[in-house]
Parts: sequence; C-alpha cells; structure tokens
Amino acid sequence: MSDTTGNGPVLAADGTPLKRSLARALRREKTRALLLIAPLLLFVLISFIFPIGSMLFRSVENDIVADTLPNTVVLLAKWDSSTGDLPGEDVYAAMAVDMFAAVAAKKHTRLGTRLNYEKTGVSSLFRQSGRKIKKWDPVNDGPYKAKFLELHKGWGDIEVWRTIQTHSGRVTSGYFLNAIDMQKTPDGPKAQPEDKQILITLFKRTLFMSMVITVSCVLLGYPVAWILANLPMRKANLLMILVLLPFWTSLLVRTSAWKVMLQQQGVINDVLVWLGLVNDADRLVMINNQFGTIVAMTHILLPFMILPMYSVMQTIPETYLRAAKSLGATNWTAFWRVYFPQSIPGIGAGSILVFILSIGYYITPEIVGGTKGVFISNRIAYHISSSLNWGLAAALGAILLGVVLILYWAYDKIVGIDNVKLG
Amino acid sequence: MTFTKTLLASTALAFAAGSVSAEEMTIVSWGGAYSKSQLKAYHEPYSAKSGVTIINDDSSAEAVAKLRAMNEAQNVTWDLVDVEAADAIRLCDEGLAMEVDHDADLAAAPDGTSASDDFGDMIVSECFVPQIVFSTTFGYRTDMVPAGVEPPKGACDVFDLKTYPGKRALNKRPIANMEWALLCDGVAYKDVYATLETEEGQARAFAKLDTIKDQTVWWSSSAEPIQLLADGEVFMASAYNGRLFSMIAEQKQPVGMAWDWQMFDLDGWIIPAGISDERLALVKDYLNFATDTQRLADQAKFISYGPARASSAPLVGKHAELGIDMAPHMPTDPNNAENTFVNNYNWWADYRDDIDAKFQAWLAK
Repeated sequence: MSDTTGNGPVLAADGTPLKRSLARALRREKTRALLLIAPLLLFVLISFIFPIGSMLFRSVENDIVADTLPNTVVLLAKWDSSTGDLPGEDVYAAMAVDMFAAVAAKKHTRLGTRLNYEKTGVSSLFRQSGRKIKKWDPVNDGPYKAKFLELHKGWGDIEVWRTIQTHSGRVTSGYFLNAIDMQKTPDGPKAQPEDKQILITLFKRTLFMSMVITVSCVLLGYPVAWILANLPMRKANLLMILVLLPFWTSLLVRTSAWKVMLQQQGVINDVLVWLGLVNDADRLVMINNQFGTIVAMTHILLPFMILPMYSVMQTIPETYLRAAKSLGATNWTAFWRVYFPQSIPGIGAGSILVFILSIGYYITPEIVGGTKGVFISNRIAYHISSSLNWGLAAALGAILLGVVLILYWAYDKIVGIDNVKLG
Repeated sequence: MTFTKTLLASTALAFAAGSVSAEEMTIVSWGGAYSKSQLKAYHEPYSAKSGVTIINDDSSAEAVAKLRAMNEAQNVTWDLVDVEAADAIRLCDEGLAMEVDHDADLAAAPDGTSASDDFGDMIVSECFVPQIVFSTTFGYRTDMVPAGVEPPKGACDVFDLKTYPGKRALNKRPIANMEWALLCDGVAYKDVYATLETEEGQARAFAKLDTIKDQTVWWSSSAEPIQLLADGEVFMASAYNGRLFSMIAEQKQPVGMAWDWQMFDLDGWIIPAGISDERLALVKDYLNFATDTQRLADQAKFISYGPARASSAPLVGKHAELGIDMAPHMPTDPNNAENTFVNNYNWWADYRDDIDAKFQAWLAK
C-alpha cells in the first residue's frame, strides 16, 4: 500500500490500476482455458448438439405445404370449410399455377407423401394428377375447377381440401399429436381411431420393461459385484474377465445366442424335455415375447450395472463390517445397516446407466421381442428408415428425450445426483 | 527447396492423374448370395469390358433413409442402388431417385422389341429399372407333415390349423399378409385391393389373421424364416423364394415349396438424384449393359430369381455350380403355381402408413 496516494486506485508494478491488471490476467487465463477445450466444444457442437437439434426441429417443421403451394394456401385460408361447399374457382386456378410449378420442380409427389400421412390416398392423387397437369397451360386453360374435377375425383373431395387447409401452417403440432395417438383435424385435435392407437402403449411398455430390466440387473448384479469386491485381487481379476468377456462380444451374437437357448427347439427346452420336466408336445414359449426381451436385455446390460457397483464397493472398508459384528450385530444387520447404505451410490449409477440405455434399445427387442416385446425405438426406426416420416420419428424421439430428462430430474430430487458414483 | 516443390508438384499431378484414369462406381445392393449373382453376371463382365472399378456397398436395406440423408447433405456418394419396387416408388415420389427414359437409356431386346415393351408391366415407376422377379412364397418342413395328409400347396394352407397344426412364420408387416388373409377368406383376386380399401375389408383380413395369431412367429429380416425352418421351430414359413431355393437345393434341408398364391415382387435399379453428369453418363452406360437380355438371363445361373425381361426367359440355363436346370425353380415358371398374386405397389404407396399403423396396433393387442 506504500505507493498509493490518498484514495486513488491501487496500481500494479507497471502503473496500470491493479483491478484492471488482475481482470486482464484472469481474462487471459479464461481465454486459454476456453481455447484448450475449444476443439472438444466445437466437436460436440458440430457433431452432437447441432444434428440432434436440427433433427428435433423436424417434429414441428412443416414448410413443405406453404412452399409448394404458395398461392393456393393464401386463398384457401379464406375458404370456410364448414359450409360443406368446395372451394371456388380462384382456389382451383391458384392450385393449377402452383401444381404446374411443383410438377416442373418435381416437388408435387413429395407434398403428396407428406399429406398422405394425414389423409390416405392423397399420395396417388398428387402423383396421378401431376402427369396430366404437366401438359396444361396454367394461365389460359380455365375454368380450372371443372378441369380438376374431371382429372381425378379426389379434387372433388372436400376432405382433401380441408386437409390441405389444416396442414398449411409452417409450424405444426401434428407430429406431436400423432406421437401420442392423436391427430390434428380440421375440427381440432382428436384421438386416433382405436385400431390405430399404438404409440402410447409402446411408450408405457418401454418404460415398464426398462424398469423390470433395471431391477433384475440390480438383483443379479449386486451379489456378483460384492464377490468381486471382496475376493483376493488375483481371483477377482479372473472373475472380472468373465464379467467383461460378454461385454466385448458383439451384441448381435449375444442376442442370437439367446435365441438358440430359449427357442422351442432350443437348448433349455431340449434339456427340460430330456429330464422329463416338460412334455415334448408343450415346450415352453420363452422367446418372441416380453420374457425373451427381458432375459436377453438383462444379460446384455448386466456389465453396466456390475462395474459401477463394483467400483463403489471396493471403496467400502472391510473393517466396517467387522466392527459392526464385534459390536454385536448379526450378519444381516451388519450388511443392511452398515454395508448396504454405503453401496447405494453404485446402485444408483448402475441403475441410471442401465435404465437410460434400455429405454432406447432397438436391436435386441427387434430380434427377440416378437409382437409384445418391442419398444418405442423400433417404431422410431421404422419411421426413419421405411416410412420416411421423419417428422413423426423426431416427435417420438423428442418425447423419449423429455421422459429421460424428467426421470433424471426426479432421480436428482429423490436420491440426489451427488449420490451417484462411478468409482 | 526446389526439390520439395518438385515433389509436391509431382504428387499433386499423380493424384490428379489417378482420379481421372481409375474410374470408379459405387453400386449398392443387398449383399449375400444376391450380390454375388450380380457380381458374376454384371460387374465382372462390365469391368472387363470397360475398365471401370465397381465398389459394392451392401446397404440396400437402409437405402431409403440413407439416400434421403445424402440428398439433404447434398453429398450423394452412391451411383446406382438396388431396391424393391415399393421403395423405388417412394424414392421417386420423394424426388430422391432420377427418372429414367427406358427406351433411350436401355438396350432393346435382340429381336428389336423396345426396352419398355420388353419389360412391360414391370416398369412400375418412372425411376425404376426392373431387374428380377422374386416371390414371397411358402416353405414347409417335409418331416413335419402329419401322416396321411397331402403336403401343403400354398398360402391358404397357412390358415388351415386343423390339417396342418404347428407354428407358422410370417413377415412382420401388412404387405402380402393382408392380401393372403382376404384371398383365403374367399375374396376374389380382382377384388382384393378394393376390399382392403374399406374398413370392413381390413377388419375381415385381421379377423382371418386372428385365427392363426397365437400360432405365428413374426419375422423381420429375411434370413429369419429360413433359420426358423432349419431349426424346426415352425412348420411353415413365408420367405423369399431364392432363399428357400438355396436352403433346399444347396443345403439339402428337408423343406418343400408351397407355391400357390405366391406374391410376386420386383427388384431393380434406381439412379440417385443429384449425381454429376459425368457420373450419370457412366451409370447409364453400365445400366445399358447390365440390364440387357443376355445379362439378365445370366444372373439366373446364380440365383433362382426370374429375369424381368420377357426376352430373357428362354435364355435361362443351368445353375453355374450345381448344374441343375434353373427354369423350374423360377417363380415365373407356370408349372409352379396355379395362382400367383401380383402386388399392387401404387396402392400400397397410398395405404401403407395407414394400414401399417393398424397392423402394428393389431399385433400389440
């Protein structure tokens, strides 16, 4: 403080105020830290956050209708569909102009596919009409209403026009409604017909089965982890290899192996029949159902449960148990009151890991799930790769992501995320 | 310094030269025995003739989604893709496949018939160049047929649990199953799709499928029904005829064919939209060669799928390795089935999403 005068600012050695100098040094430090993590940050941003974000955005994006039929959409907005009358000549004329341009750009069939998600039959209406509209003169050939009605009876169906009108917005809630077994109709959101309701069932089933799998992993994994943690090092390492060996084997191989084990002409049934426990005529059905999925997935995910539990248990000193017993606790009390509470962080970490992995599992349920053991992810895969309804797939994915985040939040509230340890 | 510069320049030159001289083409197909038949019948003779290197990519199963992703990224790396007819329609609708002028781009038949006449009805979409006819038909375990009973003949025997008890395997999708259900419930062939368009028709098909639902194992990959039959897990299974052929003729399994009401399906090429003109010219040259009358007939030496050209049928010869006559194993052979069913792809393009949702909901019940 010797070189300060009165109440002036504290100066650094080079004469600048100390505060500023300090801030600059800190800033430099921060910049350097930021630069160091910049490659990773950029990588995560470009390869993870951005693609996922843009994929999720598809669940509400609906530019295609307004982009392909710009004139029609504007005029159709003024049309009152409740009167039961078809739109007037001006709408049909606008449609002729839009369709002519769309056919030239080969975009009409894409729009047809989009609208076919909402109303069956629109796809072929657009495809078939496109071939003929190509030959029209979109300005001088009117009146177009008569021409369109002659072209295909679909253009005289008021439901087609209502569908276009309802789904003409650039942002839509339609995909999210579809994802929860509802649909966006001209009269507002409605439940899907009962024979098409499937997605809510699949969501519930995915959650329920993931929980069953998590619980069975805890029950099976806990004793194994305990033995691993309490054996002498050399034996423990050997056992550890047995735990890790399946972990290194291909997922498909393990799933197929379960098929061989569990099927009706499979190993387990053969042994049971040979032992005389089961009649040859009524062999047990253990695969292509929920049971098969639970067994195969529990086996596949077990290492994800054992490893965190093992590493937590390793840190619990043996002496605690001995101390408890020397103070008069029975084996059970010593375990339940002293050992178990300390191993909970491992159970927590393993459970979160297994649950989140299983909720998005796809390949195992597909192979061994039959009809009642498939998950929501199988449906997402179908919409991504077969039906190309990426909007619906994105909505389903967004809901799944939301559910995981909510569960994570709930876990944090109830157990506390600080209580999770991977080692 | 000069040395480094020379080195750099010559390396750059070598790269430039390399990319010009060695022409490459990436062809996407299904893998396995099918890709092998294409390699033998098309790729090898074409490479020998033109010097173009052909790279095989076994991605046809995911082709639709991958093509869309490539198209959106504006980086199409495939030159030619083998897909089913239904997917070809979908890709064409989505603008992901290029339209083909069949008469201008493909070779005429040896007798001068134009390509579009030679392929005829097989051209189900402007983007589609047909290649083979295959069928989804039934195989059954010959050793599991009950004593004193005629072996099953076709699709309708699947619904006959009394005569043929035991498990069945069917494809886990509505296409083919809905049609068979209606046909075997007494709907006339020509009325099937009109019936299936109505709510009552769909309910009727599901009611028929309900009768065998708890005896059915549902498969999703085409190797599964073959494995199920080989293990004796099921008595009858729907499967692609080529796979059944290799199981019976090449692996000598106790399996027989039940051809009646086999479901014809097509497989062929599409050119992805958005490839450069230079590559397009090369692809068209290959297509012209690989889909001519002789080449299509050659493929049938290696796999039991029928050539899509009418003019190729008389040229189908013997199996390249087994030496057996291939004609009787073709789905198109008239002796095989009294009734055949031709899938209406354009109808399915409209109704697939709707009926698939209902089908999945029905399965989950």
